[in-house]
Amino acid sequence: MWSFILRRILLMVPTLLVVSVISFAIIEAPPGDYMDSYVNALLQQQEAVDPAEIESLRKRYGLDAPTYVRYFRWLGNIMQGNLGRSLEWNQPVTKLIADRLPWSLAISVASFFLAYALAIPIGFYSATRQYSIGDYVFTLIGFIGLATPNFLLALLILWYYFVATGNVAVGLFSNEYLVAPWSFAKFIDLLKHLWLPALVVGTAGTAGLIRVMRANLLDELERPYVMVARSKGLSETKLLFKYPFRIAMNPVASTIGWTLPTLVNGELLASLVLGLPTIAPLFVGALLSQDMFLAGSVVMVLSTLTLVGTLLSDIVLAWLDPRIRGAI
Amino acid sequence: MSQSPLLLSVDNLATHFFSQEGILEAVDGVSFDIHAGEALGIAGESGCGKSVTAQSILRIVPKNGKIVTGAISLLQNGESVDLVQLDDRGQEIREIRGGEIAMVFQEPMAAFSMVYTIGNQITEVIRLHQKCSQDEARERAIEMLQRVGMPIPEQTIDAYPFALSGGMRQRAMIAMALSCHPSLLIADEPTTAVDVTIQAQVLELMKDLQRDMGMALIVITHDLAVISELCDRVMIMYLGKDVESAPADVIFRDPKHPYTVGLLRSVPELGEGHTQELDPISGSVPSPYRRPAGCPFHPRCPEFIPDVCDVELPPQIELTGGHRVRCHLYVQD
Repeated sequence: MWSFILRRILLMVPTLLVVSVISFAIIEAPPGDYMDSYVNALLQQQEAVDPAEIESLRKRYGLDAPTYVRYFRWLGNIMQGNLGRSLEWNQPVTKLIADRLPWSLAISVASFFLAYALAIPIGFYSATRQYSIGDYVFTLIGFIGLATPNFLLALLILWYYFVATGNVAVGLFSNEYLVAPWSFAKFIDLLKHLWLPALVVGTAGTAGLIRVMRANLLDELERPYVMVARSKGLSETKLLFKYPFRIAMNPVASTIGWTLPTLVNGELLASLVLGLPTIAPLFVGALLSQDMFLAGSVVMVLSTLTLVGTLLSDIVLAWLDPRIRGAI
Repeated sequence: MSQSPLLLSVDNLATHFFSQEGILEAVDGVSFDIHAGEALGIAGESGCGKSVTAQSILRIVPKNGKIVTGAISLLQNGESVDLVQLDDRGQEIREIRGGEIAMVFQEPMAAFSMVYTIGNQITEVIRLHQKCSQDEARERAIEMLQRVGMPIPEQTIDAYPFALSGGMRQRAMIAMALSCHPSLLIADEPTTAVDVTIQAQVLELMKDLQRDMGMALIVITHDLAVISELCDRVMIMYLGKDVESAPADVIFRDPKHPYTVGLLRSVPELGEGHTQELDPISGSVPSPYRRPAGCPFHPRCPEFIPDVCDVELPPQIELTGGHRVRCHLYVQD
């Protein structure tokens, strides 16, 4: 088991290198650079543009060097923990990301746990009582959840919250905790605000997971080993959890890997609607203004998170199913 | 044999499956008795209801299936219990499953869960039925594995099923079934999924264990050779009905029902030379949803009596020496 985990961690190194090349290529793909969008912005504000000054700025930031030189320069800095400087914000990228990443992660992790905590028991119920009224009700709710766009759900919840409480539920903290140092009360306050974006972000995923869980478990319930377990005299509940449930969890666990990045995607609209200081709005801004150090770093950070998620799901899978431990 | 007490008596059992395509009468009126220590073979083509009969006894029929009529009386601690009347999830039937009556399944590959060691799956049933500690259960499991001829049982017990060969898995399966010393073992096609050399070993093993442990045995198979190897009595099934039952030597020497006769004729015999002609039963098994009226075998029967066989279900006729047959040819008036 330990050698399995070590092998997986070592394999992440070449993967990250490939990811860095792809991230860089994606950032470089649109024509022009930050200076072009800077010039555009100045022109829009009817300000004078000095081409010589722009050229010298371009030189200073190394934007005139060939692509591969810029790639290695960028990679070299990343290796030293220096993600560069955001041209748009005029701040170190590390600081920008460090300020916002924890909130993104908090929302992602909260909606992740919400999704699994709801989907697994509901999927289990639906499968063991297939075609019961409860199954149909959950299926209906699931399809509605799957079909509702996140932003619409966010707006609806906002409106309902406002009507019900008279407050506008935006941000992650109440006013009195906004600048207060960390305390247990502040943490509770965070949880009180976190459920809303978590619900918005997690709904579609939950609905999908319910279907996956239900379908897997239905498949497993038909397997001969379930009948064998029954023939041994095990009680139905014990048997369900020990045998088919564990195998049915297998594909559910393997979704952990791609759940993390989708949650970050899903977080975008929720954050924009709810006005949350997370990574996603920052990323969109960076892409629009071709702020390459910031955009590239965000892609790198998200990719790393995806790889970590995949590693986690692989570890869970190996724990669930001994056949996987021998594989790479 | 006749002195030993009646262990299990199945009387007019019918198990039907209810689905959107209609009602499938998988088992439709089957009766048989098993005495303690006796070996009964149930034979017939695929889909004739052999396996469902076994599942009905343990009350583990898949979810669309239901026992519609009949009684299954088991002699348990000197008292007779009707298994059909028990709650199929209740405590009573669960104590019987794995304890009094155990089952060996057809495919050892699919019958073990791949995510637990065989030791885990064997000690589980031991601890369920015999109050003992984990260590004791493990010791008994190793003993049992030793008994079924598993090589190096102290190590194999911690192996996952996917790491074992087919023959070893079937041995582990038998060890698991026998680990609580059941009074009846049901083996559902125990040798179908293993290759021929292993088949012989498994049969030999089951014969030895049955003799040593004095348990009764029901062997379900489509392979008549398995029956001649293991069984005292034979019941032949066709489309959910028990068409003939008799002591094994009688049925091979003197089959009465035209279906049994056909079945025996379609088996090649060793030493007959390579020009031996096989004589298959004409036609094929009709769809179980459209069961023929009267005797289910009449459309394929060479002795078909018009206006009798296709109209009236033949009664079960008792011949001499425990030979019973369900056929109009033997009705005496």
